[in-house]
Amino acid sequence: MTNKNLFDSKANGLIEHDHNHDGIDRRGFLKCMAWAGTGALCVIEGGVLKSYALGSQAGGKMKSRKVGGLRFVQISDSHMGFNKPANPDVVATLKAAVDKINALPESPDFILHTGDISHLSKPSEFDNVDQILKATNKEIFFVPGEHDVLNDDGAMFRERYGKNSKGQGWYSFDKNGVHFIALVNVMNLKAGGLGALGDDQLEWLEDDVRHLKSSRPIVVFAHIPLWSVYPQWGWGTDDGAQALSYLKKFGSVTVLNGHVHQTMQKVEGNVTFHTAFSTAFPQPAPGAAEGPGPMKVPSEQLRRVLGITDVNYLENRHALGLVDSSLV
Amino acid sequence: MRRRLLNSGLSIALPLVLSMTLALPVTRAKSEEAKSSAMEVRVDNFTFALDTLTIPVNSTITWVNKDDVPHVIASSDGLFKSKALDTDDRYSYTFSKAGSYSYYCSIHPKMVGKILVR
Repeated sequence: MTNKNLFDSKANGLIEHDHNHDGIDRRGFLKCMAWAGTGALCVIEGGVLKSYALGSQAGGKMKSRKVGGLRFVQISDSHMGFNKPANPDVVATLKAAVDKINALPESPDFILHTGDISHLSKPSEFDNVDQILKATNKEIFFVPGEHDVLNDDGAMFRERYGKNSKGQGWYSFDKNGVHFIALVNVMNLKAGGLGALGDDQLEWLEDDVRHLKSSRPIVVFAHIPLWSVYPQWGWGTDDGAQALSYLKKFGSVTVLNGHVHQTMQKVEGNVTFHTAFSTAFPQPAPGAAEGPGPMKVPSEQLRRVLGITDVNYLENRHALGLVDSSLV
Repeated sequence: MRRRLLNSGLSIALPLVLSMTLALPVTRAKSEEAKSSAMEVRVDNFTFALDTLTIPVNSTITWVNKDDVPHVIASSDGLFKSKALDTDDRYSYTFSKAGSYSYYCSIHPKMVGKILVR
């Protein structure tokens, strides 16, 4: 899935907007927004947003740009156990996602899974996913989706994926100078409300980042979007803004979410918000259907609306590049 | 949800399809006073078919999940809570005391409903 026809051929499928100033290039930003979800790559470097086409040429450019840093992949919403018409074979599409990861021109250092690993929190569903993801040979960090904590407040999830986590499953870790924060916003939800982090987790978060220098790049990952994507469908987090207020001092914050089963991106100040494809089934665009449930598309189109996100951090460049690619 | 979406691959066609199919079965109002002591509340498209329902004491309500994703029926004050209901799963609760009972889906908390027991 590429957009070569949208790009200037003289630039070999590559458009850069480097105006050597710190403001975001408005034209580049808008183009990037237009391509979001259709195979574009958006990179922020020193506050300047650049756009690249997906494909071997752009991939080659990115590879040659790497001077250290790290590279990881986000996958989301595997919904193992789902077997309805929107995707009768979620095993096959998760395996296709694994093939996609293994075929990346540059192997990722690790993988983030942003929740809804299972559809019904069954041990056999978690087992299936674990077995399939083994083929990546990568370390994998998980956060739970609401489908992973259905009947036991997340006890089984934490037993499997969160042994060193705090509270209901939150934790943080460092990789190559980037600070990663795994948040849980799918438990103790209040009637009429959205996703929720809760006071204990917010307190922990404030403390977790207090000692960090403002130059440290931050990556936050959680299942439900921390930003208000579409509250009418519950696509947001009630106390997400509170969490983000603790991250204001940092120059580079990237927030990675799942839950909405489609790619969306928003840049607000130093914060880039991004949601990933599902590997199982698509959901409608906000407000495009009566409800947010699984969306049936013609079977030959299914793998075009499922996929993975490849994330690239360039050391000393203050940059996190996000590439969404569909399964085909 | 499943049946309605089956033949409509283009999301742009959804609002039309949905409004047409919805017009047929909705002969009940969103709030209703039950005459019998057993009532069914369908859970469909992330909504409770009857968001306010008035019933006599000792009536039994049965929720039926018609969505492709699970829902959990939970009273707002912790009085009752179902296990996760997969497609076509049911959960029943008998209301033995008069009062107002708010409930919601504990994993999709935007879904709310109310039972008035008289």
